[in-house]
Amino acid sequence: MIRTELAIVGAGPAGVCAALEAASYGVKVTLLDREQWIGGQLVKQTHKFFGWYEKSAGTRGVVIAKDLAVKVKANPDIRFMGSTEVLGYYQADGVLLLETPQGIQTLKPERLLVATGASEKMILFPGNDLPGVYGAGAVQTLMNVHGVRPGKSVLMIGSGNIGLIVSYQMAQAGVKVAAVVEALPHIGGYAVHASKIRRLGIPIYTRHTIKEAYGTDCVEGAVIWQLDDDWQGIPGTEKQLDVDVICLATGLTPLCEFLWQAGAEMTDIPELGGFVPLYDEHMETTAKGIYVAGDAAGIEEASTAMAEGRLAGLAIAYSLGKVPDHEFSRKRQDCLKELAELRAGPTSQAILKGLAAMREQMGKQARAQTRKKVRS
Amino acid sequence: MEASGIRITQHPILDFPERRKVKFYWEGKELEGYEGEPIAAALHAAGIKVLHKSLKQGRPRGFFCAIGNCSSCLVVVDGVPNVRACTEKLRAGMRIEMQEGVGPVPVSKE
Repeated sequence: MIRTELAIVGAGPAGVCAALEAASYGVKVTLLDREQWIGGQLVKQTHKFFGWYEKSAGTRGVVIAKDLAVKVKANPDIRFMGSTEVLGYYQADGVLLLETPQGIQTLKPERLLVATGASEKMILFPGNDLPGVYGAGAVQTLMNVHGVRPGKSVLMIGSGNIGLIVSYQMAQAGVKVAAVVEALPHIGGYAVHASKIRRLGIPIYTRHTIKEAYGTDCVEGAVIWQLDDDWQGIPGTEKQLDVDVICLATGLTPLCEFLWQAGAEMTDIPELGGFVPLYDEHMETTAKGIYVAGDAAGIEEASTAMAEGRLAGLAIAYSLGKVPDHEFSRKRQDCLKELAELRAGPTSQAILKGLAAMREQMGKQARAQTRKKVRS
Repeated sequence: MEASGIRITQHPILDFPERRKVKFYWEGKELEGYEGEPIAAALHAAGIKVLHKSLKQGRPRGFFCAIGNCSSCLVVVDGVPNVRACTEKLRAGMRIEMQEGVGPVPVSKE
Protein backbone atom coordinates (compact mmCIF):
# COMPACT_ATOMS: atom_id res chain seq x y z
CA MET A 1 0.00 0.00 0.00
CA ILE A 2 1.20 3.47 -0.92
CA ARG A 3 0.87 6.16 1.74
CA THR A 4 0.67 9.85 1.03
CA GLU A 5 -0.37 13.04 2.80
CA LEU A 6 -2.71 14.20 0.06
CA ALA A 7 -4.24 12.20 -2.78
CA ILE A 8 -5.86 14.22 -5.56
CA VAL A 9 -8.15 12.45 -8.00
CA GLY A 10 -8.06 14.35 -11.27
CA ALA A 11 -5.15 16.33 -12.75
CA GLY A 12 -7.31 18.98 -14.38
CA PRO A 13 -7.15 22.70 -13.56
CA ALA A 14 -8.61 22.26 -10.04
CA GLY A 15 -6.50 19.23 -9.08
CA VAL A 16 -3.23 20.63 -10.41
CA CYS A 17 -3.66 24.03 -8.75
CA ALA A 18 -4.48 22.29 -5.45
CA ALA A 19 -1.39 20.09 -5.82
CA LEU A 20 0.90 23.06 -6.48
CA GLU A 21 -0.56 25.08 -3.60
CA ALA A 22 -0.37 22.21 -1.07
CA ALA A 23 3.12 21.23 -2.22
CA SER A 24 4.29 24.82 -1.78
CA TYR A 25 3.84 24.17 1.98
CA GLY A 26 5.71 20.87 1.80
CA VAL A 27 2.66 18.58 1.64
CA LYS A 28 3.52 15.28 -0.06
CA VAL A 29 1.01 14.99 -2.88
CA THR A 30 0.01 12.05 -5.05
CA LEU A 31 -1.77 13.39 -8.12
CA LEU A 32 -3.82 10.81 -10.01
CA ASP A 33 -5.32 10.90 -13.48
CA ARG A 34 -6.71 8.26 -15.82
CA GLU A 35 -5.03 10.02 -18.74
CA GLN A 36 -1.28 10.07 -19.27
CA TRP A 37 -1.25 13.87 -19.46
CA ILE A 38 -1.55 16.70 -16.93
CA GLY A 39 -4.18 19.40 -17.49
CA GLY A 40 -7.44 17.49 -17.91
CA GLN A 41 -9.73 19.05 -20.48
CA LEU A 42 -7.44 22.10 -20.88
CA VAL A 43 -5.31 20.13 -23.35
CA LYS A 44 -8.23 20.28 -25.80
CA GLN A 45 -9.07 23.92 -25.41
CA THR A 46 -7.58 25.92 -28.24
CA HIS A 47 -9.49 29.07 -27.36
CA LYS A 48 -8.11 31.93 -25.30
CA PHE A 49 -9.18 32.41 -21.72
CA PHE A 50 -10.39 35.71 -20.40
CA GLY A 51 -7.38 36.62 -18.43
CA TRP A 52 -7.69 35.31 -14.92
CA TYR A 53 -4.88 32.82 -15.19
CA GLU A 54 -2.14 34.46 -13.14
CA LYS A 55 -3.24 37.82 -14.51
CA SER A 56 -2.19 36.97 -18.06
CA ALA A 57 -5.09 37.60 -20.38
CA GLY A 58 -5.67 35.73 -23.58
CA THR A 59 -3.83 32.49 -22.85
CA ARG A 60 -5.04 29.40 -24.70
CA GLY A 61 -6.14 26.37 -22.64
CA VAL A 62 -3.53 24.18 -24.36
CA VAL A 63 -0.78 26.60 -23.27
CA ILE A 64 -2.05 26.75 -19.65
CA ALA A 65 -2.01 22.93 -19.59
CA LYS A 66 1.62 22.79 -20.75
CA ASP A 67 2.64 25.39 -18.19
CA LEU A 68 0.91 23.53 -15.35
CA ALA A 69 2.50 20.24 -16.44
CA VAL A 70 6.00 21.80 -16.33
CA LYS A 71 5.36 23.11 -12.81
CA VAL A 72 4.04 19.76 -11.55
CA LYS A 73 6.95 17.80 -13.01
CA ALA A 74 9.48 20.24 -11.51
CA ASN A 75 7.98 19.88 -8.02
CA PRO A 76 9.69 17.16 -5.94
CA ASP A 77 6.76 16.99 -3.50
CA ILE A 78 4.23 15.99 -6.20
CA ARG A 79 4.15 12.47 -7.51
CA PHE A 80 2.08 12.35 -10.70
CA MET A 81 0.57 8.95 -11.49
CA GLY A 82 -0.87 9.10 -15.01
CA SER A 83 -2.80 6.39 -16.89
CA THR A 84 -4.10 5.48 -13.45
CA GLU A 85 -7.78 4.93 -12.89
CA VAL A 86 -9.16 5.24 -9.37
CA LEU A 87 -11.60 2.34 -9.17
CA GLY A 88 -13.18 3.15 -5.84
CA TYR A 89 -12.92 4.50 -2.35
CA TYR A 90 -13.16 2.19 0.66
CA GLN A 91 -14.78 4.29 3.35
CA ALA A 92 -14.02 2.08 6.36
CA ASP A 93 -10.28 2.04 5.68
CA GLY A 94 -9.94 5.37 3.86
CA VAL A 95 -8.24 3.56 1.00
CA LEU A 96 -8.34 4.22 -2.75
CA LEU A 97 -8.07 1.30 -5.15
CA LEU A 98 -6.00 2.16 -8.23
CA GLU A 99 -5.56 0.49 -11.59
CA THR A 100 -2.09 1.57 -12.69
CA PRO A 101 -0.04 0.51 -15.72
CA GLN A 102 1.82 -1.75 -13.24
CA GLY A 103 -1.37 -3.37 -11.99
CA ILE A 104 -3.74 -2.93 -9.06
CA GLN A 105 -2.46 -0.87 -6.12
CA THR A 106 -3.92 0.63 -2.98
CA LEU A 107 -3.32 4.15 -1.72
CA LYS A 108 -4.01 5.48 1.77
CA PRO A 109 -3.95 9.26 1.98
CA GLU A 110 -4.31 11.47 5.06
CA ARG A 111 -6.43 13.88 3.02
CA LEU A 112 -8.35 13.30 -0.20
CA LEU A 113 -9.29 15.89 -2.78
CA VAL A 114 -11.90 14.92 -5.36
CA ALA A 115 -11.32 17.01 -8.48
CA THR A 116 -12.96 14.66 -10.96
CA GLY A 117 -14.71 17.25 -13.11
CA ALA A 118 -17.94 16.65 -14.96
CA SER A 119 -19.75 14.56 -17.52
CA GLU A 120 -22.08 15.61 -20.30
CA LYS A 121 -25.83 15.73 -20.04
CA MET A 122 -27.99 13.95 -22.59
CA ILE A 123 -31.28 15.35 -23.88
CA LEU A 124 -34.31 13.40 -25.09
CA PHE A 125 -35.24 13.12 -28.76
CA PRO A 126 -35.97 10.20 -31.08
CA GLY A 127 -32.71 8.77 -32.40
CA ASN A 128 -30.55 10.26 -29.63
CA ASP A 129 -28.75 6.92 -29.26
CA LEU A 130 -27.60 6.71 -32.90
CA PRO A 131 -23.87 6.63 -33.54
CA GLY A 132 -23.04 10.15 -34.70
CA VAL A 133 -24.71 11.78 -31.70
CA TYR A 134 -21.68 12.92 -29.71
CA GLY A 135 -21.05 15.05 -26.66
CA ALA A 136 -19.32 18.36 -27.39
CA GLY A 137 -16.38 17.23 -25.25
CA ALA A 138 -16.12 14.06 -27.32
CA VAL A 139 -15.89 16.07 -30.53
CA GLN A 140 -13.25 18.29 -28.94
CA THR A 141 -11.26 15.24 -27.84
CA LEU A 142 -11.50 13.52 -31.21
CA MET A 143 -10.41 16.65 -33.13
CA ASN A 144 -7.99 18.45 -30.88
CA VAL A 145 -6.25 15.52 -29.21
CA HIS A 146 -6.46 12.75 -31.79
CA GLY A 147 -6.62 14.83 -34.98
CA VAL A 148 -9.73 13.13 -36.35
CA ARG A 149 -12.69 15.12 -37.70
CA PRO A 150 -16.05 14.10 -36.25
CA GLY A 151 -17.73 14.07 -39.66
CA LYS A 152 -18.59 16.21 -42.66
CA SER A 153 -21.47 18.32 -41.42
CA VAL A 154 -22.60 18.96 -37.87
CA LEU A 155 -25.67 20.17 -36.03
CA MET A 156 -24.73 21.75 -32.69
CA ILE A 157 -27.36 21.63 -29.93
CA GLY A 158 -26.84 24.39 -27.39
CA SER A 159 -25.37 27.89 -27.63
CA GLY A 160 -23.71 28.12 -24.25
CA ASN A 161 -19.96 28.81 -24.29
CA ILE A 162 -19.12 25.14 -24.93
CA GLY A 163 -21.50 24.92 -27.91
CA LEU A 164 -20.15 28.14 -29.39
CA ILE A 165 -16.48 27.38 -28.77
CA VAL A 166 -16.65 23.82 -30.09
CA SER A 167 -18.54 25.07 -33.18
CA TYR A 168 -15.68 27.49 -33.82
CA GLN A 169 -13.11 24.75 -33.23
CA MET A 170 -14.88 22.54 -35.78
CA ALA A 171 -14.72 25.35 -38.31
CA GLN A 172 -10.98 25.71 -37.53
CA ALA A 173 -10.56 22.00 -38.20
CA GLY A 174 -12.35 22.25 -41.54
CA VAL A 175 -15.67 20.71 -40.47
CA LYS A 176 -18.91 22.30 -41.70
CA VAL A 177 -21.26 23.41 -38.94
CA ALA A 178 -24.73 23.42 -40.50
CA ALA A 179 -26.44 25.19 -37.61
CA VAL A 180 -26.46 25.86 -33.89
CA VAL A 181 -29.85 25.53 -32.17
CA GLU A 182 -30.74 27.03 -28.81
CA ALA A 183 -33.98 26.36 -26.94
CA LEU A 184 -33.79 29.64 -25.02
CA PRO A 185 -34.93 32.88 -26.70
CA HIS A 186 -31.35 34.18 -26.54
CA ILE A 187 -27.81 32.93 -27.08
CA GLY A 188 -26.48 31.35 -23.88
CA GLY A 189 -22.74 32.04 -24.17
CA TYR A 190 -20.59 35.16 -24.41
CA ALA A 191 -21.25 37.52 -27.33
CA VAL A 192 -17.56 37.37 -28.32
CA HIS A 193 -17.83 33.61 -29.03
CA ALA A 194 -21.20 33.97 -30.79
CA SER A 195 -19.85 36.75 -33.03
CA LYS A 196 -16.89 34.60 -34.07
CA ILE A 197 -19.10 31.83 -35.41
CA ARG A 198 -21.66 34.22 -36.92
CA ARG A 199 -18.86 35.89 -38.87
CA LEU A 200 -18.18 32.47 -40.40
CA GLY A 201 -21.79 32.37 -41.61
CA ILE A 202 -22.94 29.66 -39.18
CA PRO A 203 -26.62 30.28 -38.36
CA ILE A 204 -27.72 30.29 -34.71
CA TYR A 205 -31.41 29.48 -34.34
CA THR A 206 -32.73 30.59 -30.95
CA ARG A 207 -36.06 29.21 -29.68
CA HIS A 208 -35.29 26.05 -31.70
CA THR A 209 -34.48 22.50 -30.75
CA ILE A 210 -33.93 19.14 -32.37
CA LYS A 211 -37.12 17.20 -33.19
CA GLU A 212 -35.43 13.99 -34.23
CA ALA A 213 -32.27 12.38 -35.53
CA TYR A 214 -32.70 9.85 -38.31
CA GLY A 215 -30.62 7.19 -39.99
CA THR A 216 -30.44 3.41 -40.23
CA ASP A 217 -27.20 2.59 -38.41
CA CYS A 218 -25.79 6.10 -37.92
CA VAL A 219 -26.98 9.68 -38.07
CA GLU A 220 -27.94 10.58 -41.64
CA GLY A 221 -29.81 13.78 -40.84
CA ALA A 222 -31.73 15.78 -38.30
CA VAL A 223 -34.96 17.72 -38.10
CA ILE A 224 -35.06 20.92 -36.05
CA TRP A 225 -38.10 22.99 -35.21
CA GLN A 226 -39.16 26.16 -33.46
CA LEU A 227 -40.42 26.17 -29.87
CA ASP A 228 -43.41 28.07 -28.54
CA ASP A 229 -43.47 29.84 -25.16
CA ASP A 230 -44.38 26.54 -23.44
CA TRP A 231 -41.28 24.86 -24.91
CA GLN A 232 -43.43 22.80 -27.33
CA GLY A 233 -42.40 22.33 -30.96
CA ILE A 234 -44.49 24.25 -33.49
CA PRO A 235 -45.73 22.01 -36.33
CA GLY A 236 -44.94 23.43 -39.75
CA THR A 237 -41.65 25.05 -38.62
CA GLU A 238 -39.54 21.93 -39.22
CA LYS A 239 -36.24 22.24 -41.09
CA GLN A 240 -34.39 19.21 -42.33
CA LEU A 241 -30.60 19.28 -42.05
CA ASP A 242 -28.30 17.01 -43.97
CA VAL A 243 -25.81 16.23 -41.19
CA ASP A 244 -23.81 13.16 -40.16
CA VAL A 245 -22.99 14.43 -36.65
CA ILE A 246 -25.21 15.86 -33.93
CA CYS A 247 -23.18 17.45 -31.20
CA LEU A 248 -24.71 17.94 -27.76
CA ALA A 249 -23.61 20.93 -25.70
CA THR A 250 -26.57 20.84 -23.37
CA GLY A 251 -24.80 21.15 -20.09
CA LEU A 252 -22.60 19.22 -17.71
CA THR A 253 -23.20 17.45 -14.45
CA PRO A 254 -20.65 16.95 -11.63
CA LEU A 255 -18.83 13.61 -11.52
CA CYS A 256 -19.08 12.77 -7.84
CA GLU A 257 -19.10 8.98 -7.48
CA PHE A 258 -16.22 8.97 -4.97
CA LEU A 259 -18.05 11.42 -2.77
CA TRP A 260 -21.17 9.26 -2.78
CA GLN A 261 -18.96 6.28 -1.90
CA ALA A 262 -17.25 8.27 0.83
CA GLY A 263 -20.62 9.03 2.43
CA ALA A 264 -20.46 12.80 1.86
CA GLU A 265 -23.83 14.57 2.10
CA MET A 266 -25.03 15.31 -1.42
CA THR A 267 -27.74 17.65 -2.64
CA ASP A 268 -29.44 18.33 -5.97
CA ILE A 269 -28.89 21.94 -7.06
CA PRO A 270 -29.91 22.57 -10.69
CA GLU A 271 -27.87 25.81 -10.90
CA LEU A 272 -24.72 23.80 -10.13
CA GLY A 273 -25.51 21.04 -12.64
CA GLY A 274 -27.19 18.39 -10.45
CA PHE A 275 -26.03 16.54 -7.36
CA VAL A 276 -23.12 18.24 -5.61
CA PRO A 277 -21.53 17.64 -2.22
CA LEU A 278 -22.16 20.01 0.67
CA TYR A 279 -18.85 21.70 1.46
CA ASP A 280 -17.59 24.42 3.78
CA GLU A 281 -15.45 27.52 3.20
CA HIS A 282 -12.33 25.32 3.19
CA MET A 283 -13.81 23.15 0.37
CA GLU A 284 -14.13 20.28 2.87
CA THR A 285 -17.17 18.02 2.45
CA THR A 286 -19.17 16.53 5.33
CA ALA A 287 -16.92 13.46 5.04
CA LYS A 288 -14.03 14.48 7.30
CA GLY A 289 -10.73 14.98 5.49
CA ILE A 290 -12.33 14.75 2.04
CA TYR A 291 -12.29 17.91 -0.03
CA VAL A 292 -13.74 18.90 -3.39
CA ALA A 293 -12.83 21.48 -6.04
CA GLY A 294 -13.66 22.37 -9.64
CA ASP A 295 -16.63 21.09 -11.61
CA ALA A 296 -17.15 18.20 -9.15
CA ALA A 297 -18.23 20.89 -6.66
CA GLY A 298 -20.61 22.52 -9.16
CA ILE A 299 -20.32 23.31 -12.86
CA GLU A 300 -18.44 26.54 -13.58
CA GLU A 301 -15.38 27.05 -15.75
CA ALA A 302 -11.64 26.50 -15.64
CA SER A 303 -10.67 29.82 -14.03
CA THR A 304 -12.92 29.23 -11.02
CA ALA A 305 -11.78 25.59 -10.89
CA MET A 306 -8.17 26.81 -10.56
CA ALA A 307 -9.08 29.27 -7.80
CA GLU A 308 -11.08 26.61 -5.93
CA GLY A 309 -8.16 24.21 -6.32
CA ARG A 310 -5.76 26.73 -4.77
CA LEU A 311 -8.18 27.30 -1.87
CA ALA A 312 -8.56 23.55 -1.27
CA GLY A 313 -4.78 23.01 -1.47
CA LEU A 314 -4.20 25.81 1.02
CA ALA A 315 -6.88 24.56 3.42
CA ILE A 316 -5.52 21.00 3.26
CA ALA A 317 -1.98 22.19 4.00
CA TYR A 318 -3.40 24.19 6.93
CA SER A 319 -5.33 21.18 8.25
CA LEU A 320 -2.05 19.24 8.23
CA GLY A 321 -0.49 21.94 10.38
CA LYS A 322 1.81 23.29 7.65
CA VAL A 323 0.51 26.84 7.34
CA PRO A 324 0.75 29.46 10.12
CA ASP A 325 -2.65 30.84 11.19
CA HIS A 326 -2.06 34.43 10.03
CA GLU A 327 -0.76 33.35 6.63
CA PHE A 328 -3.68 30.98 6.18
CA SER A 329 -6.30 33.61 6.89
CA ARG A 330 -4.60 36.15 4.60
CA LYS A 331 -4.21 33.71 1.69
CA ARG A 332 -7.68 32.33 2.18
CA GLN A 333 -9.08 35.86 1.87
CA ASP A 334 -7.11 36.27 -1.38
CA CYS A 335 -8.64 33.07 -2.78
CA LEU A 336 -12.16 34.06 -1.73
CA LYS A 337 -11.68 37.52 -3.24
CA GLU A 338 -10.52 36.00 -6.52
CA LEU A 339 -13.52 33.65 -6.59
CA ALA A 340 -15.88 36.57 -5.88
CA GLU A 341 -14.32 38.54 -8.76
CA LEU A 342 -14.63 35.58 -11.13
CA ARG A 343 -18.30 35.25 -10.18
CA ALA A 344 -19.11 38.96 -10.44
CA GLY A 345 -20.51 38.92 -13.99
CA PRO A 346 -24.19 38.71 -14.90
CA THR A 347 -23.77 35.12 -16.18
CA SER A 348 -22.71 34.02 -12.68
CA GLN A 349 -25.99 34.99 -11.01
CA ALA A 350 -27.37 31.44 -11.24
CA ILE A 351 -24.11 30.02 -9.84
CA LEU A 352 -24.27 32.39 -6.86
CA LYS A 353 -27.88 31.39 -6.21
CA GLY A 354 -26.90 27.70 -6.36
CA LEU A 355 -23.93 28.23 -4.04
CA ALA A 356 -26.13 30.10 -1.55
CA ALA A 357 -28.61 27.18 -1.55
CA MET A 358 -25.76 24.71 -0.97
CA ARG A 359 -24.34 26.80 1.90
CA GLU A 360 -27.74 27.09 3.54
CA GLN A 361 -28.04 23.31 3.60
CA MET A 362 -24.46 23.01 4.82
CA GLY A 363 -25.32 25.38 7.69
CA LYS A 364 -28.37 23.32 8.64
CA GLN A 365 -26.28 20.16 8.52
CA ALA A 366 -23.59 21.69 10.77
CA ARG A 367 -26.21 22.90 13.29
CA ALA A 368 -27.83 19.44 13.36
CA GLN A 369 -24.40 17.88 14.01
CA THR A 370 -23.81 20.27 16.91
CA ARG A 371 -27.20 19.41 18.46
CA LYS A 372 -26.41 15.70 18.13
CA LYS A 373 -23.08 16.20 19.93
CA VAL A 374 -24.70 18.20 22.71
CA ARG A 375 -27.30 15.48 23.31
CA SER A 376 -24.86 12.56 23.40
CA MET B 1 -6.78 16.92 -46.50
CA GLU B 2 -6.00 13.31 -47.24
CA ALA B 3 -8.26 11.21 -49.45
CA SER B 4 -10.87 10.43 -46.81
CA GLY B 5 -10.53 13.94 -45.40
CA ILE B 6 -11.14 12.71 -41.90
CA ARG B 7 -7.61 13.03 -40.49
CA ILE B 8 -6.58 16.60 -39.72
CA THR B 9 -3.19 17.29 -41.26
CA GLN B 10 -3.16 21.10 -41.05
CA HIS B 11 -4.55 23.15 -38.21
CA PRO B 12 -4.20 26.86 -37.40
CA ILE B 13 -3.26 26.23 -33.75
CA LEU B 14 -2.43 22.59 -33.14
CA ASP B 15 0.28 20.30 -34.49
CA PHE B 16 -0.35 16.63 -35.02
CA PRO B 17 3.02 14.91 -35.15
CA GLU B 18 3.57 11.88 -37.39
CA ARG B 19 2.97 8.64 -35.57
CA ARG B 20 3.67 5.01 -36.42
CA LYS B 21 1.06 3.37 -38.59
CA VAL B 22 -0.01 -0.10 -37.49
CA LYS B 23 -2.34 -2.75 -38.88
CA PHE B 24 -5.26 -4.08 -36.87
CA TYR B 25 -8.41 -6.03 -37.53
CA TRP B 26 -12.04 -4.95 -37.25
CA GLU B 27 -14.52 -7.81 -37.58
CA GLY B 28 -11.75 -9.74 -39.36
CA LYS B 29 -11.03 -6.95 -41.86
CA GLU B 30 -7.54 -5.48 -41.92
CA LEU B 31 -7.38 -1.73 -41.25
CA GLU B 32 -4.67 0.83 -40.46
CA GLY B 33 -4.45 3.28 -37.60
CA TYR B 34 -1.86 5.07 -35.50
CA GLU B 35 -0.22 3.23 -32.65
CA GLY B 36 -1.34 4.54 -29.26
CA GLU B 37 -4.42 6.42 -30.43
CA PRO B 38 -7.73 5.24 -28.96
CA ILE B 39 -9.37 2.38 -30.83
CA ALA B 40 -12.44 4.59 -31.34
CA ALA B 41 -10.34 7.28 -33.09
CA ALA B 42 -8.73 4.72 -35.41
CA LEU B 43 -12.11 3.17 -36.25
CA HIS B 44 -13.77 6.55 -36.73
CA ALA B 45 -10.97 7.58 -39.11
CA ALA B 46 -11.61 4.33 -40.99
CA GLY B 47 -15.28 5.23 -41.33
CA ILE B 48 -16.57 2.82 -38.68
CA LYS B 49 -19.09 4.32 -36.29
CA VAL B 50 -21.14 1.38 -35.01
CA LEU B 51 -19.10 -0.23 -32.23
CA HIS B 52 -21.65 -1.96 -30.04
CA LYS B 53 -25.22 -3.35 -30.14
CA SER B 54 -27.38 -2.40 -27.20
CA LEU B 55 -28.25 -4.93 -24.51
CA LYS B 56 -32.01 -5.27 -24.91
CA GLN B 57 -32.98 -4.06 -28.35
CA GLY B 58 -29.75 -4.57 -30.25
CA ARG B 59 -29.68 -0.94 -31.37
CA PRO B 60 -26.44 0.38 -32.86
CA ARG B 61 -24.17 2.28 -30.50
CA GLY B 62 -21.09 4.42 -31.13
CA PHE B 63 -18.96 6.41 -28.75
CA PHE B 64 -20.66 9.32 -26.98
CA CYS B 65 -18.33 10.92 -24.40
CA ALA B 66 -14.97 9.73 -25.81
CA ILE B 67 -13.30 9.97 -22.39
CA GLY B 68 -14.33 6.75 -20.68
CA ASN B 69 -17.38 7.93 -18.74
CA CYS B 70 -20.39 6.52 -20.54
CA SER B 71 -19.70 2.93 -21.73
CA SER B 72 -21.52 3.49 -25.03
CA CYS B 73 -18.54 2.22 -27.05
CA LEU B 74 -17.85 -1.22 -25.57
CA VAL B 75 -16.06 -3.60 -27.95
CA VAL B 76 -14.41 -7.03 -27.77
CA VAL B 77 -10.60 -6.86 -28.02
CA ASP B 78 -8.68 -10.10 -28.54
CA GLY B 79 -11.62 -12.02 -27.04
CA VAL B 80 -12.01 -9.76 -24.00
CA PRO B 81 -15.42 -8.04 -23.84
CA ASN B 82 -16.41 -4.67 -22.34
CA VAL B 83 -13.30 -2.80 -23.48
CA ARG B 84 -13.95 0.94 -23.89
CA ALA B 85 -12.96 1.76 -27.46
CA CYS B 86 -12.55 5.44 -26.57
CA THR B 87 -9.81 4.91 -24.00
CA GLU B 88 -8.09 1.66 -25.03
CA LYS B 89 -4.96 2.40 -27.02
CA LEU B 90 -4.44 0.82 -30.43
CA ARG B 91 -1.67 -1.77 -30.76
CA ALA B 92 -0.43 -3.57 -33.85
CA GLY B 93 -2.34 -6.74 -34.62
CA MET B 94 -5.29 -6.09 -32.29
CA ARG B 95 -8.39 -8.06 -33.21
CA ILE B 96 -11.41 -5.95 -32.45
CA GLU B 97 -15.03 -7.07 -32.80
CA MET B 98 -18.33 -5.30 -32.39
CA GLN B 99 -19.82 -6.24 -29.04
CA GLU B 100 -23.38 -7.56 -28.94
CA GLY B 101 -24.98 -6.83 -25.57
CA VAL B 102 -22.74 -8.02 -22.74
CA GLY B 103 -20.40 -9.77 -25.16
CA PRO B 104 -18.86 -13.23 -24.94
CA VAL B 105 -17.40 -14.75 -21.77
CA PRO B 106 -13.62 -14.52 -22.23
CA VAL B 107 -12.07 -17.90 -22.97
CA SER B 108 -9.26 -18.85 -20.62
CA LYS B 109 -5.97 -19.76 -22.30
CA GLU B 110 -5.37 -22.79 -20.01
